[in-house]
Amino acid sequence: MELDPVLLSRLQFAFTISFHIIFPSFTIGLAAYLATLEVLWGWTGAERYKRLAAFWTKIFAVSFAMGVVSGVVLSYQIGTNWSRFSAVAGNVIGPLLGYEVLTAFFLEATFLSVLLFGGDRVPRWLHVFSGVAVACGTTLSAFWILAANSWMQTPAGYTLQAGIVYPLDWFAIIFNPSFPYRFAHMINASFLTAAFVVLAVGARYLLARRHVEEARTMLRMAILLTAVLAPLQLIIGDQHGLNTLAHQPTKIAAMEAHWDGSTPGNFEIFAWPDEKTESNLFSISIPHGSSLVLTHQWDGLFPGLKDVPPQIRPPLKNVFFGFRIMLAIGLYMIAAALFGAWLLWRGRLFETRWYLAIVSHTWWAGFVAVTAGWVVTECGRQPWVVEGVLRTVDSASPVPAASVATTLVLFVLIYLVVFSFGIYFINRLIVRCPQDAQLGEAAPPRLAAGHPSFES
Amino acid sequence: MDLAAQLPLIWAGILAVAVAFYVILDGFDLGIGMLFPFAKDDSERDRMLASIAPFWDGNETWLVLGGGGLLVAFPRAYSIIMPAFYLPLIVMLLALVLRGVTFEFRGNAQRKPFWNAVFAGASTLACFCQGIVLGGLVQGIKIENGAFAGGPFDWATPFGLVCGLGVVAGYALLGATWLMMKTDGDMARRAAAQAKVLLLAVLVFMAAVSIFTPLAFPRIAQRWFTLPNLYYLLPVPILTGLVALAEWRWIETRREVAPFLATIALFLLGYLGLVISTFPYIVPPDLTIREAAAAPSSQTFMLVGTLVLLPVILGYTALTYWLFRGKVGERAAYH
Repeated sequence: MELDPVLLSRLQFAFTISFHIIFPSFTIGLAAYLATLEVLWGWTGAERYKRLAAFWTKIFAVSFAMGVVSGVVLSYQIGTNWSRFSAVAGNVIGPLLGYEVLTAFFLEATFLSVLLFGGDRVPRWLHVFSGVAVACGTTLSAFWILAANSWMQTPAGYTLQAGIVYPLDWFAIIFNPSFPYRFAHMINASFLTAAFVVLAVGARYLLARRHVEEARTMLRMAILLTAVLAPLQLIIGDQHGLNTLAHQPTKIAAMEAHWDGSTPGNFEIFAWPDEKTESNLFSISIPHGSSLVLTHQWDGLFPGLKDVPPQIRPPLKNVFFGFRIMLAIGLYMIAAALFGAWLLWRGRLFETRWYLAIVSHTWWAGFVAVTAGWVVTECGRQPWVVEGVLRTVDSASPVPAASVATTLVLFVLIYLVVFSFGIYFINRLIVRCPQDAQLGEAAPPRLAAGHPSFES
Repeated sequence: MDLAAQLPLIWAGILAVAVAFYVILDGFDLGIGMLFPFAKDDSERDRMLASIAPFWDGNETWLVLGGGGLLVAFPRAYSIIMPAFYLPLIVMLLALVLRGVTFEFRGNAQRKPFWNAVFAGASTLACFCQGIVLGGLVQGIKIENGAFAGGPFDWATPFGLVCGLGVVAGYALLGATWLMMKTDGDMARRAAAQAKVLLLAVLVFMAAVSIFTPLAFPRIAQRWFTLPNLYYLLPVPILTGLVALAEWRWIETRREVAPFLATIALFLLGYLGLVISTFPYIVPPDLTIREAAAAPSSQTFMLVGTLVLLPVILGYTALTYWLFRGKVGERAAYH
């Protein structure tokens, strides 16, 4: 059997980056939550904010560590697996990643240490400052990496000479056409991801009648945030979609499984897009739905898949179903957030147990939606790695398939072990928290134990 | 002087500094990992981990800066070096993944021996792979049409393996002298005994590399052993010898900080020797710093940020080292 090194590298990168994105999408939002708690504590002096901050900092630390180590891998894989891409696009991608390291990575690493191990060694203001610094770091990191990714989607401000990309205008490169939308969409998604985890944990405690004061604070904060951000995400997503239609119409056609550009587009609630017959099987659709959303007209036209030859169409099912999964979860989030806000307003949130039971089980909502969203945007860009500039098949390293296959197996095995333990330990931190009285623990973390969460 | 013409040289300098920072900083915390099996019990291991826990993440960030910096400033070199060392680099990264999560997992786990073994094994493997990459780089990489053209195991030579072991010994020495500084009593005494053995090992490996490379690579012999180069370069081996002697003495007299600083000096001298051997090539024997350089616009754009941000980074890095100064044993007494 002949193995294809490009396909193997794609599988490997898809696996490592999907694994990685789970953690930042949680920690960006959680860092902002921690910073809020630290500031509230610094401002009001209320102990429950300090206890909540200490509790979530431990969970943050485990997630952040997994994000860091899986992120280091990516920064090298761009070279090990995609060396032709780095040779062609390095002049633009390099500095964007370089700025991420300089503005974000050191900041996060350093001030997380202060949060974790500072204890009574640091004054309160430095503790609060560190919380804010970590949140700034995670957001800056997202800024630069999304600038790089967006440039690959909608490249601007560059010129090509002898097949190599040369920068012309750094402002145009960073603030390329899709960047503002992608950045807003991702930051908001990350806030929602963290908020739904906080919501779930708060609901879980309240249902078990433990840590009632902290649980209510968590629920109140999460509900108020999601009631604003979940509907906002629909608006941002809509704008992002219009931007994609303008710059990457084929991606939109794949998201909608819209074949014929000369007819208005239906919105497929469910369908099985079939590449062979170039039609949708088992379709349940809203007539003219896509045309209405994308063109704001009943009979509005937008390009279809048949407008481009089959070999430059993206992998249709990934894009189509990824989009539907993301959208469905987004709608669930809006419903859960708005209904929760209504309960809160009526003063019944803490007593409505069936509602708490539902949200206590949907901590995963953001993670799945973010991953699905990235599948849509990354698969939707194919066959290009840099839209219109460089194809994925021309980007891989001159490395034999056997090497890539071997390391792919290693990645899968080791990441599964790491991931399983990570989930297990995070869950245990949440479950064991009462017995260890960590939430109520006012004492500083002990340095000699190697880690503040070192207990038992 | 034309700034644009000097950019590749400036960037080579920045990159060299970043790599030096990485080697020294992550070196000592990787070294702690390798010394893990030789600790008396888990409470000693707790103290060893506590001595590096606030620093490892920041230390490892220099590795990202090194790799990222290479992509920023010398994308052509990056696109050749990374695939050339595909297997050792990926294995190193996986080892760093396992090691990095151990910091979080071990404290939460009931089965400490398992995570102790993971931490020690993965740390050692990561160091060994870094040595392999270093050795492979000194040997040179086969390039055709501006791309890597060698095989997947070109790095697997006796010289590469010797370099791998040399880095293992060197990082372990950094770790042992770090422990001499950060612990006291029995632990510090044992660290001193380990440091002596490791110092001898490091000197043997340094000598082996210094003798082998000029014999095997005429370009390196020519660099060192022609006049007047010899006169200028002679201080490097002489200083190395003096530092080694002083360090031996300081370890014997149980000085706390001096052995660690001397180890850093040894690393810097060895590093300087390698730079002298390979300059101006970034990928020996064919690709020079200038040939591999990124577009001047890219290098300038990044240089501005680096000149502003790097001092800030060094500032708050120093702040954490100051915040978490002192011996780790002292606080263990409170509990």
